[in-house]
Amino acid sequence: MSLVGAKVLRKEDPALLTGHGKFVDDFSPPNSCFGQFVMSDQAHAKIISIDVSEALKMPGVLGVWTAADFISFPNLPGGMPDFERPVLAHDRVRWAGEPIAIVVAENRYQAADAVPTVIVEYETLDAVSSVAQATAPGAPLLFDAHRSNVLTKVPMLDDLEKHFVKSFSRASLRIVNQRCAVVPIETVGCLADWTLDGLTIWATTQAPHHLRNKLASWLDTPQNLCRVVAPDVGGGFGAKIVWYPEFFVAPLLSKWLRRPVKFMQTRSESMVQMTHGRDQVHDIEVGFEKNGKINALRMVISQNLGAYGDPTGLGLATLTGWMAAGCYKIAHVSTGFRTVVTNTTPVAAYRGAGRPEATFSIERIIDLVALKTNVDPVKVRQINFIQPNEFPYETHNEAVIYDSGDFPQALDECLRLLDYDAVKAEQAKNLADKNAPLIGIGFSCWLEIAGFGPNGSLEGFGHLASWESAQIRIAPDGSATIFIGSSPHGQGHETFVAQIASDELGIPFERISVIHGDTATVIQGVGTMGSRGVPTVGSAVKVASERLMVRAKKIAAHLLEAAEQDIEVKDNAFNVRGTPGKKVSWSDVGLTSFQPLRLPPELQAGTLEERLFHESPNFSYPSGAYACVVEVNRKTGKVKIQKMIVVDDCGTVINPLLAEGQVHGGVAQGIAQALYEQVCYDPSTGQPITANLIDYLIPSAPDLPNYIAGRITTLCPNNPLGAKGIGESGAVGSPPAVVNAVVNALSSFGVEHIDMPVTPEKVWHAMNGRK
Amino acid sequence: MAIVRIKINGVMQQHDVEDRTLLIHYIRENSRLTGAHIGCDTSNCGACTVLLNGSAVKSCTVLAVQVQDEEVTTVEGLSGDFNGLSPVQEGFRQQHGLQCGYCTPGMVMASTALLRENPKPTEDDIRHALEGNICRCTGYEMIVNSVRWAAENGGGK
Amino acid sequence: MIPALFTHVPVTTIKEASDALNHYGDDAKLLAGGHSLIPLMKLRLATPGYLIDIARINDLRGIREDKDKLVVGALTTHEQIENSPLIRKYAPIIGAAAKLVGDPQVRNRGTIGGSVAHGDAASDLSVALFGANASFVATGPNGKRVISAVDFFLGFWTTALNQDDVLTEIHIPYAPSTNWSYQKFTIRSQDWAVVSVAVSGSNIILGAMGEIPLRAEKCEQAIASGADFEQAASFADEGTSPSSDIRASADYRRHLAKVLVFDALTEAKKRS
Repeated sequence: MSLVGAKVLRKEDPALLTGHGKFVDDFSPPNSCFGQFVMSDQAHAKIISIDVSEALKMPGVLGVWTAADFISFPNLPGGMPDFERPVLAHDRVRWAGEPIAIVVAENRYQAADAVPTVIVEYETLDAVSSVAQATAPGAPLLFDAHRSNVLTKVPMLDDLEKHFVKSFSRASLRIVNQRCAVVPIETVGCLADWTLDGLTIWATTQAPHHLRNKLASWLDTPQNLCRVVAPDVGGGFGAKIVWYPEFFVAPLLSKWLRRPVKFMQTRSESMVQMTHGRDQVHDIEVGFEKNGKINALRMVISQNLGAYGDPTGLGLATLTGWMAAGCYKIAHVSTGFRTVVTNTTPVAAYRGAGRPEATFSIERIIDLVALKTNVDPVKVRQINFIQPNEFPYETHNEAVIYDSGDFPQALDECLRLLDYDAVKAEQAKNLADKNAPLIGIGFSCWLEIAGFGPNGSLEGFGHLASWESAQIRIAPDGSATIFIGSSPHGQGHETFVAQIASDELGIPFERISVIHGDTATVIQGVGTMGSRGVPTVGSAVKVASERLMVRAKKIAAHLLEAAEQDIEVKDNAFNVRGTPGKKVSWSDVGLTSFQPLRLPPELQAGTLEERLFHESPNFSYPSGAYACVVEVNRKTGKVKIQKMIVVDDCGTVINPLLAEGQVHGGVAQGIAQALYEQVCYDPSTGQPITANLIDYLIPSAPDLPNYIAGRITTLCPNNPLGAKGIGESGAVGSPPAVVNAVVNALSSFGVEHIDMPVTPEKVWHAMNGRK
Repeated sequence: MAIVRIKINGVMQQHDVEDRTLLIHYIRENSRLTGAHIGCDTSNCGACTVLLNGSAVKSCTVLAVQVQDEEVTTVEGLSGDFNGLSPVQEGFRQQHGLQCGYCTPGMVMASTALLRENPKPTEDDIRHALEGNICRCTGYEMIVNSVRWAAENGGGK
Repeated sequence: MIPALFTHVPVTTIKEASDALNHYGDDAKLLAGGHSLIPLMKLRLATPGYLIDIARINDLRGIREDKDKLVVGALTTHEQIENSPLIRKYAPIIGAAAKLVGDPQVRNRGTIGGSVAHGDAASDLSVALFGANASFVATGPNGKRVISAVDFFLGFWTTALNQDDVLTEIHIPYAPSTNWSYQKFTIRSQDWAVVSVAVSGSNIILGAMGEIPLRAEKCEQAIASGADFEQAASFADEGTSPSSDIRASADYRRHLAKVLVFDALTEAKKRS
């Protein structure tokens, strides 16, 4: 029986369920001490002086360090010239929460006591927290040398005006895709131990090798003496791809103090220090025909980067521009963008990273066209879809060639699960009944760019390369250990990798172990991001297994005195096709692989080891059709999700349980963005006002619906598994479905758009004709 | 400083700690049981949930000195007939009720407390019983299914 | 986040508690369940030097009948109130409000006394107790005082309790099991009240519409003079001073107060 496609329970679970998971904060080697940052309480200020004298006298304090102590070290890697982030702020702070100094004490209680005793004297400067503020005439500059807060600007090459003029009609919309906090339940932290044997750092990271490469170079230490371990990681969602200053200073402090040094953000610290996501404003114009067919689309993206140009943050607007047309065949598309620095927490990847923003806008635009033409939103989608026979489909950007999909079929399946006519009837009935809630129906036909990626794609974000690695080792008893370069944080790599390998190798699932997240044992790796796990490392494991099997069969054939081409593997043994009972077990083959006297002469001891770096010829393009039905309370404006239907196409599914889990989690985060979450700043001071989980509104179990999940499958032609990736789909596809449903519910009030989060108050205002 | 005795998972612990020591730190750092986690500062996330004399509490909002001589159960203290896992633990495994696993010990303890009081909860009961626990990975439906599985497999005993 | 250093002072009698408060003065705070105080201490918004731990004063526990009222010990937890047959019989609105406090873990540990003494205008129990004409027994160096709800809530996080008072009991007059409603509007299921309303008999009390729980006098008068619920509810925001914050603007709170008063009056009537 094939394990690929089966609901296999996870290898990861028993340890995590019994409290035996090992997260960074669970490591406490003897003699370790605790570091904590002194954070800026000003959004924008010059640092006049830092007085550490009181802090040094506090109980348990081992030392206090400021930027002056790191003067011989470079800025954090990966930034843009002129906009680089210093490891600690020295002359200037650029957001409230930026680290200024470090206190190390015997334990976290003493560190917490000492931090407030460090006295920082500031000269407050005017702060900007939005793109509009940062680009207004006379706006205060974050980087004086640069003379502008605009970091990059890529104007539209063509405004397409001639195509708009020719259209039946045109409409425009400004859409704000609000800033979100990522909030994995584990914050960011690390434990560094630099001994005479070299450095080991346990860190909350999605990309341990990436961190090792940057860290070793920053520390000017050879990589063989710099070991990064990503143990169990408590969620990442993009915010743990990048590095944080503690990862760089903790090793030095450990070296200087000759003790292990731990940093672990509190949630309050994390809300301002962990990178945020989204925060784009789109100015969009669309030209369309009477029947809803779209001729032309132009979009200018403004990306709020926060205080510094984060290496992943810088790429977000590019991805949004690439995906601006979604799953529609639009003859003329033009995009441009600018990225802007502000006095806020740096912005980087958050589940979907640039694609949820693109999807939200095109799906809102489709509904706007439907409203303006009075054509059903489903029809507008159908009339504009790229058709299944049009793949590979070349988009407005040469880097983006959609691989495969069947958008009409996905929408049909979604409509079937929804029972559109019945819901429309309920909607009409409720509209007439003043005591019943308003019903709204919203759709989102989405597609995203995933499976990062082809050579060159991740290099653009500062990574070493874009492949992913797998290494398979057969032990003398025929069991297998697989080392993978992609280190997960909840996705279930140990399980799906063992499933793929078990099918290829014929070794039972239980006799396959998967190792990841340690630069000392895993040869090289890139990381877990961009919905790349299955398409990249899964493919690497499959191909490596196939290659290893050639030699394993050679050994079996030699032992069985049969022809190689007659050997087939089944039930943990090698059999001779057509000769029942003639077989040799995997443990015999494993043992033989280490015994030169028994090996065929052309093979050497240890031959059953294979490593492979899988390179992808193209991205993959998961897609789907989602529908949301909402009930809106007419008196309060409160929105309740009645139904959430999610039809996905991620190509081959390795484990339906894991795939569904990824979709659920992504959809939940998407609904959270649509209805609840927003990072807010006081516009006059730049102070954060959602800096804990009291005020940053993450939904809990009663706030979210059940998900009615469907699936269609079109294979990805660009990898041997046919898999497209699924990690980000839900977060990409769900927000517009929810907001479209709310706007649809309010159509009798003439409402055309509401920005996220769609709070009860915003809906109440919309129902009363107010902004 | 105070000498604080707490029976954790049936074993009497005794540590000399500062009066301000939070129960979660007593459990994690003094007793070296790292199953319960810390996810926030404001009693919102529930990752630190343990049973205190059988009732679910957030151990980040309890001082160790407040529970002198009382009994605490952490996720390490659960056991049962499913290869050593309790019905709730096994339910989470069967129904894929966890991904990264960080909120999981708190979810498991809150679910365990629910089933002791209400062995046959409705979906609504389960969702409200877990409203003090935040999960960022699963979207909650599979957690609800996990608790239901546990209820159907002896979790309420 | 870690509380600042303090000294834990466990006491076992009300007198010890009162003496300790007297002795340590402004630097002391009472600790019951700790679910209002410890979060503030972790954020270092409160830094008392001495915590007088009253959790082991057994006299402060339990719910009993006393002629025409219920006497609820200040250490009674929200969970005990929620599940008390006596509360269900004699003061159902209090049970309904207790069930909406925080989440199950918070209700297992948080106490009615702590919740009320915190003086938060959005406290579910404070609003419901005000509605139920409850009174609060403060025990100080000079003995006991009974403070009515009207006199108890003084201002933002401020009550009529003196520094050396221990809130020992809450008295709840028997209320009808009919004609009551507690309405709470939240953004998320488990959240602070954006606005709450308690209707009990002829009382209409608003939560989170000012610095303290407020009586909606105009609404009460309107009902008394025969107005219908819609008319009466339209006065709900008169004399209030709601704040604007991340959850709602003052304007929206004013609107919600009207909606919730109407809903509460309607539900209360349905019960009678």
